[in-house]
Amino acid sequence: MKNDRTGIILDSPMKRRTRDIITRILRHTILLLGSIAMLIPFFWMISTSFKVPEEILVWPPKLLPSNPTLENYFTVFSTIPIFRYLLNSLLIASVSTISVLITSLVAGYIFAKFRFPGRNFVFLIILATAIVPLESYIVPFYLQMIDLGWVNTYQGIIAPFSIMSFGIFLMRQHIMSTVPDDYIDAARIDGASEWNIFLRIVVPFSTSALGALGIFAFIQAWGAFLWPLLMANDHRIFNMELGLTAFQFKFSVMYGPLMAGSVLNIIPMIIAFIFLRRQIIESVALSGLKA
Amino acid sequence: MNVSGLEIASREKEKPKGLIKMFLKAFGKNPYARSKNIFIIAMLTPILFIYFYLRVYPILRTFVLSLYNWNFLLPNHTFIGFQNFVSLFSDDHFLLALKNTTIFSLATVILGVVVSLPLSIVLAGKMKFSPFYQAVFFLPYITPMAAMAVAWKWIYDSQYGILNYFLSIFHIPPVGWLVYPDTALWAIIIMSVWKNIGYNMILFMVGIKNIPISYTEAAQLDGAGRFDMFRYITFPLLQPMLLFVLVTSTINAYNVFTQVYVMTLGSQSAPGSAVNVLVYDIYTNFFQYHKAGYASAEAVVLTLIVLVLTLIQFRFIRNREE
Repeated sequence: MKNDRTGIILDSPMKRRTRDIITRILRHTILLLGSIAMLIPFFWMISTSFKVPEEILVWPPKLLPSNPTLENYFTVFSTIPIFRYLLNSLLIASVSTISVLITSLVAGYIFAKFRFPGRNFVFLIILATAIVPLESYIVPFYLQMIDLGWVNTYQGIIAPFSIMSFGIFLMRQHIMSTVPDDYIDAARIDGASEWNIFLRIVVPFSTSALGALGIFAFIQAWGAFLWPLLMANDHRIFNMELGLTAFQFKFSVMYGPLMAGSVLNIIPMIIAFIFLRRQIIESVALSGLKA
Repeated sequence: MNVSGLEIASREKEKPKGLIKMFLKAFGKNPYARSKNIFIIAMLTPILFIYFYLRVYPILRTFVLSLYNWNFLLPNHTFIGFQNFVSLFSDDHFLLALKNTTIFSLATVILGVVVSLPLSIVLAGKMKFSPFYQAVFFLPYITPMAAMAVAWKWIYDSQYGILNYFLSIFHIPPVGWLVYPDTALWAIIIMSVWKNIGYNMILFMVGIKNIPISYTEAAQLDGAGRFDMFRYITFPLLQPMLLFVLVTSTINAYNVFTQVYVMTLGSQSAPGSAVNVLVYDIYTNFFQYHKAGYASAEAVVLTLIVLVLTLIQFRFIRNREE
């Protein structure tokens, strides 16, 4: 400690500046190499998807396609109804998200601003079940879907994603800290109905948190794999992930069409990320705020 | 305003005695209380009912089912006590799955933290292009797992994979990464770390940004070097976030499925190359052999492992804080 201290004080400004520049260059070099490593899978996937078959299986591999072709994409379009899968993914993720938003907002509001017997106990149960992932109770869940006759239906795929413990928790925290009690009490005295208070005061105060939660819920439902795999027997209700996997079984070693299928699969999320990068990162960061 | 606030406060302090009094209080003459209670009951009951049906009930039922021998396609099921658990621990498939999943979890959690913690410290500081780097490292996290698993399968390809090509520059002979269970497990670990670095990074950055500037400024005035800063300021104050990252990544790691399924179980992987993990074993026992009780017992073991690890992590971090 002591040496360090005197060391810094004795450094001339010049020396310190050169050292700063060196660390900065070193830092950027490492980060740049890391970034390249992170992007290689994307690059390789995209590059392969535009190659003709003869160019894919060559040694040494070619970095870029010498005569780019859309053939692989045509193969995908003519083999699987990828637009249908895209619409299915959108439907499943949107309905789940809307359901998560409504239930989280209402329950969060009631847990934040009302007192009733058993409130803390019920809330504790919601918190406790939050750490148990679907995989842990997937067996009874599937049996419940059989009982409801929901196997192989959209509602069956959506069911587990339609409610989110973390969402209820998040909205409760948000409403507790941002919606003033005075507003609610004043509205009540002015004769506003509870429903009106909810719509006119609570909803407008919660839009930012709802936006973040919505993005989070959407990403989760969009990337779902195991549950749709169990639920969907009919390929007409496949989401994009399942469609791609089925496609993979058909075209086991044909990497051209496979990579084209993967590229099509990630495009919606990439587009969303380009336009909503900040919001998406913030919404994911929010999930850590409870720590 | 003030008066009504007091009124509400005093009313809420009264404890109801008995159900009838509670009911009268809920729907009695006070119009505020009545409309409030109608709102709570009308809005919360359906949500709690759905919540119970979709979460609480299946979680509890897993424990009950684990005590039965039941082919779920047939109606009759017999109570067998802890027999399923006894069989599990002499079941080679299960034991292998347990071992693989544990190696996978340890490796991904440790590597994930070791890579993302320094990364987030650097990126949280003032530096050029930080948002660009953040976006790049975060990108894999939001892309769908199945698609990226297919892409990585191509990277790991034993004949034409780019990884083997890269290694051949250093005269390392080609390896069938996904052909052998041992290398396949590590190949999947690397892929999973790649996929989730961005998530850990963002969480750590939240933690770092929550550290009050006065702390770091005071340390700088005292002449603390970069390492001292990390050792005495950043790291101790980051403990709650570290705990959160450890807990969530352990839970996620123990429930790994998609990348394993896509990368090793496709038609093209060699027979016997499948890396069995717990969730995959549950999936097989339930959907191929229809053993609802046995699969539930496996799920119970999975839940208990995750629960115990979470508690240990809590204890460990708490003790270090003291």
